[in-house]
Amino acid sequence: MVNSETRGLVLAHFWVAFLAFVAAALLGLYQVAERSGLFPALESNVLYFGSVSTHGVLMGFVLTTFFAMGFGYYCASQSLGRPIWNRGMAWFGFWLSLVGTAMAAVALLSGQASVLYTFYPPLQASPLFYLGATLLVVGSWFWCLEMVMTMRAWKRDNPGKPVPLAMFGNAVNGTLWFVTSLGVALEVLFQLLPWSLGLKETVDVGLARTLFSWTLHAIVYFWLLPAYIALYTLVPKAAGGRLFSDEMARIAFIMLLVFGIPIGFHHLYMDPFQAAGWKFLHMTGTFMVAVPSFLTAFTVTASLELAGRLRGGKGLFGWIAALPWTNPIVLAGILSLLLLSVGGFGGIINASYSMNSLVHNTQWVTGHFHLIFAGTSVIMYFGIAYYVWPRLTGKPLFSERLARVQLWSWAIGMVVLTFPWHALGLQGQPRRISATPYDSPLVATWQLNEILMIVGGIILFISAVLLIVNLAASHGAQGAAEVSGSEFAEPAQPLLRLPGALNGVGFWFVVVAVYMIVSYGYPIAQFFLMETYGAFPWSI
Amino acid sequence: MHVDPLEKKWAVLTVSLMILSMIILGFFALEAHIRPPSNVETIDSTRLHLTEEFAEDNLGVKTAADGTVHVTMVAARYGFFPREVVVPQGVPVTIRIASADVLHGLHAPGTNFNTMVVPGYVSQLTTEFPRAGEYPVMCNEFCGLGHDYMWSRLKVVPKDEFQANG
Repeated sequence: MVNSETRGLVLAHFWVAFLAFVAAALLGLYQVAERSGLFPALESNVLYFGSVSTHGVLMGFVLTTFFAMGFGYYCASQSLGRPIWNRGMAWFGFWLSLVGTAMAAVALLSGQASVLYTFYPPLQASPLFYLGATLLVVGSWFWCLEMVMTMRAWKRDNPGKPVPLAMFGNAVNGTLWFVTSLGVALEVLFQLLPWSLGLKETVDVGLARTLFSWTLHAIVYFWLLPAYIALYTLVPKAAGGRLFSDEMARIAFIMLLVFGIPIGFHHLYMDPFQAAGWKFLHMTGTFMVAVPSFLTAFTVTASLELAGRLRGGKGLFGWIAALPWTNPIVLAGILSLLLLSVGGFGGIINASYSMNSLVHNTQWVTGHFHLIFAGTSVIMYFGIAYYVWPRLTGKPLFSERLARVQLWSWAIGMVVLTFPWHALGLQGQPRRISATPYDSPLVATWQLNEILMIVGGIILFISAVLLIVNLAASHGAQGAAEVSGSEFAEPAQPLLRLPGALNGVGFWFVVVAVYMIVSYGYPIAQFFLMETYGAFPWSI
Repeated sequence: MHVDPLEKKWAVLTVSLMILSMIILGFFALEAHIRPPSNVETIDSTRLHLTEEFAEDNLGVKTAADGTVHVTMVAARYGFFPREVVVPQGVPVTIRIASADVLHGLHAPGTNFNTMVVPGYVSQLTTEFPRAGEYPVMCNEFCGLGHDYMWSRLKVVPKDEFQANG
């Protein structure tokens, strides 16, 4: 059982995350139906772009930030067996983020912020939206500090001992998110906010896009790390095995931290204002960030194999059948790895300096990131929720069977939704459109895939509702939860000593700072070295 | 510190795979000139009509003395100008485009003719169209409520049928 102080904190974060999620899932269902053009009564570009903006903010910023924060607090207090560094500050960060979310929601729902979650200046939103987004991010900075300080306090009391992997992973994620979010923070504080308040007349769109790119891809690793941490620590334990290699897990986390942060530059491949040499250099970094995911796939699969063989699985593939597929977090882990391998393949295309031209801003990209985001990260959030809920509420999960149905339907729905999207992208359909009024024979080739994506949307929405029902009903479930012992997997080889670099984040913080200056210094500085022309605000 | 030999092999294999991919992509970038539009050039988007190059009368397709084909375009809510562009098949075509207002993007499906159009900057790319035919050129970056309706046409015609003005 989790101590009562942590319990409330974690549950508050998780409930904000999942309520945002189910609202966003409903909007997603509306969007596939509207976009398909098959339901004339639904057609509205005003509603559609408002909906897409809200869906993006809720999924990309609210669900993820609150989930990552709650999961960090859970891992810290459970893996260290002691309270977090400063509980008051954690609650302060929570409320600040929640107030920010509410402000942004008011702007979004009143149609004053239909600029998509990527902001797109010189389209201008209400200052309320920019301010709300800023508070959400600033609130999460307190979490970053909590993660690093909680780890430090433990290390001071346990000199020379390896920090538990779940704590270490969250400290890496706190560091990663702080540096990652600086890009968008600079854009909003120095460009968009003063401009939307009328203090500045114009905004340099090239600079704004460069700063946003700083955040826009590394944020993916902030979303993904809770999933990876669970894959390394919770899943092998739940499957009845051990972690194949604790050290490799740490190396993967650190590689994500170092290589992950600058690679948003590949979002600028098709932009003017950044030179070819910088784009090519950044491609190398973007490819390197695939390595920690390859390592993760190997280590987690090897850990699952250990578990399968311990459970009596024989032969080359027998261990797979021997895994406890009925255990929700194990099932989530397996499905997550499968979807990661498909989505990751698409990512290699997007990262390619030349091949990107064929797919940039097509529906292919939407298919890719839904596979990685919803299929890999969010499905693990579900698995984690099913795993920790009994530990948080003290009551058993309302229905494990429902949880299995929910996880399978989510994975299947994601395939039915995103495979057609990949195809549509290759057939040239742009993303971010509310209708396809083009007078071209090309449009006729899109029909079948548009119907399939609606089927996917329906399955996914039902799955989202099942999650909420199960979690809510669990609070009133009868009986006491059967949970005992440590929930984090032991490494197969005991971890006796670790080099300091794999047991803390201070050194890597400096490495990241230097690497960022080298890779983003000139691309940002150039806007101050040449004469640029700002853009005046436009409404949508 | 302990790393399993199998895991070491896997790490070496994946790093090699990534390096090999980069070598292949680098080769085609240099050898076949397949590279993204990367022009660093500023322009005052509010005064496009006063520039020589992007004034309305000067938009369209031109053939230079050396036989290369140049297309000048403007993107503005909600259209690409000129509305239809005709280029020859299998000849390097250089396209320059500027935005008069907000962000736009354009893409002719199945081709490398894909670039963002950013207010304050000039986008430029050079590509070849190997297949003749008519392509829709669609705005692929959200630019406002009329975004869905922002598109134009690109016609690729056999070299001997091509006649450029200018």
